[in-house]
Amino acid sequence: MLGLVIRRILATIPVMLVVALVVFLLLHLSPGDPAAIIAGENATSEDIERIRATLGLDRPLVLQFVLWIADLLRGDLGVSVYNHVPVTTLIAQRVEPTLSLAVCTMILAVSLAVPLGIVAAWKVGSWIDHAIMGLAVISFSCPVFLIGYALVFQFSRTWKWLPVQGFTPMSQGVGPYFAHLALPALALGLVYMALLARMTRSTMLEVLAEDYIRTARAKGLGAGAVLLRHALKNAAVPIVTTIGLGVALLIGGVVVTESVFAIPGIGRLTIEAVTQRDYPVIQGVILIASMVYVLINLAIDLTYSLLDPRIRY
Amino acid sequence: MRRIWRHPKIVLGGVLLSALVLLSLAAPWIAPYDPIELDVVHRLRPPSGAHWFGTDAYGRDILSRTLYGGQISLLIGLSVAALASVVGTTIGLVGGYVRWLDATVMRVMDGLMAIPGILLAVAMLSLTRASVQTVIVAITIPEIPRVVRLVRSVVLSIREQVFIQGAITSGSRLPRILFRHVLPNALAPIIVQATYICASAVLIEAYLGFLGVGTPPEIPSWGNIIADGRNFVQLAIWNVTFPGLFLGGMVLSINVLGDGVRDLLDPRIARRM
Repeated sequence: MLGLVIRRILATIPVMLVVALVVFLLLHLSPGDPAAIIAGENATSEDIERIRATLGLDRPLVLQFVLWIADLLRGDLGVSVYNHVPVTTLIAQRVEPTLSLAVCTMILAVSLAVPLGIVAAWKVGSWIDHAIMGLAVISFSCPVFLIGYALVFQFSRTWKWLPVQGFTPMSQGVGPYFAHLALPALALGLVYMALLARMTRSTMLEVLAEDYIRTARAKGLGAGAVLLRHALKNAAVPIVTTIGLGVALLIGGVVVTESVFAIPGIGRLTIEAVTQRDYPVIQGVILIASMVYVLINLAIDLTYSLLDPRIRY
Repeated sequence: MRRIWRHPKIVLGGVLLSALVLLSLAAPWIAPYDPIELDVVHRLRPPSGAHWFGTDAYGRDILSRTLYGGQISLLIGLSVAALASVVGTTIGLVGGYVRWLDATVMRVMDGLMAIPGILLAVAMLSLTRASVQTVIVAITIPEIPRVVRLVRSVVLSIREQVFIQGAITSGSRLPRILFRHVLPNALAPIIVQATYICASAVLIEAYLGFLGVGTPPEIPSWGNIIADGRNFVQLAIWNVTFPGLFLGGMVLSINVLGDGVRDLLDPRIARRM
């Protein structure tokens, strides 16, 4: 058992190394001189030299990579070129809005998607199934800003129930905190919910075709017991895996949603960094986002390999 | 051909998509105004007889811009789908078949998949001068691992089958085995995946434009129209709704078409997606 856990943890190391390599090489494989790119179009040659020296771009490539990885392992993501603040500090300042949005979206999406997917699979081929799946394909084809602006128009402008945009930290009151989060989480949650509902349905359909489901029905169990105790229990692993893999999409969605609702989170930080050509910040955000994705999937993986005795890789 | 008509998703998606494609391609003839012509006197006008979709902050006609914007979305969607499929299929075929390469290829793909696609695209675009080509490349790269994994799973499942062994025994060389014997078996899921990639590329292009890092701002892509309109969304919501509806309509029609093609080709491949 311990061996399994260690193997799973070790397996994330090559993945993170590839992520680090991609993030590192992005700057160096792009056409042109990286220092000049960061310095921008109006930079003098002294500016460029200064950036080259601060970022260590004058050293051999392999040495740069090794030193950079060594810094990363010590938790040092470098310093912003623009305002000279450590990247970790910049990211830490912006974590609360992003994390709040992601968690609220996730809770909303999962609590809607799983029941909808189960009902659609149970009533497969019926009008309920077609209605749920029709709504699902519409909502995940819908650009999140369209849903976002439509919600703002209705809830904030017409009915004046909720604030138009922005974010209030939890420390300034739970009421305003949720009032600001409601619309962004709903906008992104609808998109994400649709994806999960589709996956839940197709997984449940597979499980419902199994022999033990027929047995459970044959012995006279009610719909609820068959669905929840027999089918959902077995469908849970692939459903949770999908939720985990969907985190990458969720992070992308958060970046766009933050822009729609002017939420000062990590997504806005990234876009600000792009306009300021603040490359260490962009690198730092990508590394952290990818690490969160890898760790969430590791946690999911470990949880069900511990809970489900059939899983032994 | 007759089978196609029995799949309402293909008909529905196909009709909606064809309508949007025709409108976009016909833009030079049917657009009432020049999409980039400024007319500041008539800025932020609501929809009317003269401007069906209203005008933007520079007085440009939203209808004309939206029609032209479809061309950019189509170009980018189709290019990304083609490029990601070709590159992903090649890597997947070779990686899945050549055992010593497999582990390395898959670790690289796992790593790429761990990076949220939009962030990777944003980072790539922040380093190059944005153009339609760089946007295509930036959207394609995050999509490649999905194709690779799909193709590899097909290759692994048929690698040991008798007809492949037969081809090896009869002296076929590796490229011939891969492209003549393995590829045809992987084609159906690749086509379905390509339609989904096309839909997602159209959406991501708009997101990148919306974030201000995509297609150069002077090109009227849907993302750019919405990005221009977002500062005036309180005053002039038509700047966002009309291009947004066209965008959603196109993504929806491609997704529905993809579902239909999936059901038509092989209902079982749904599980591999």
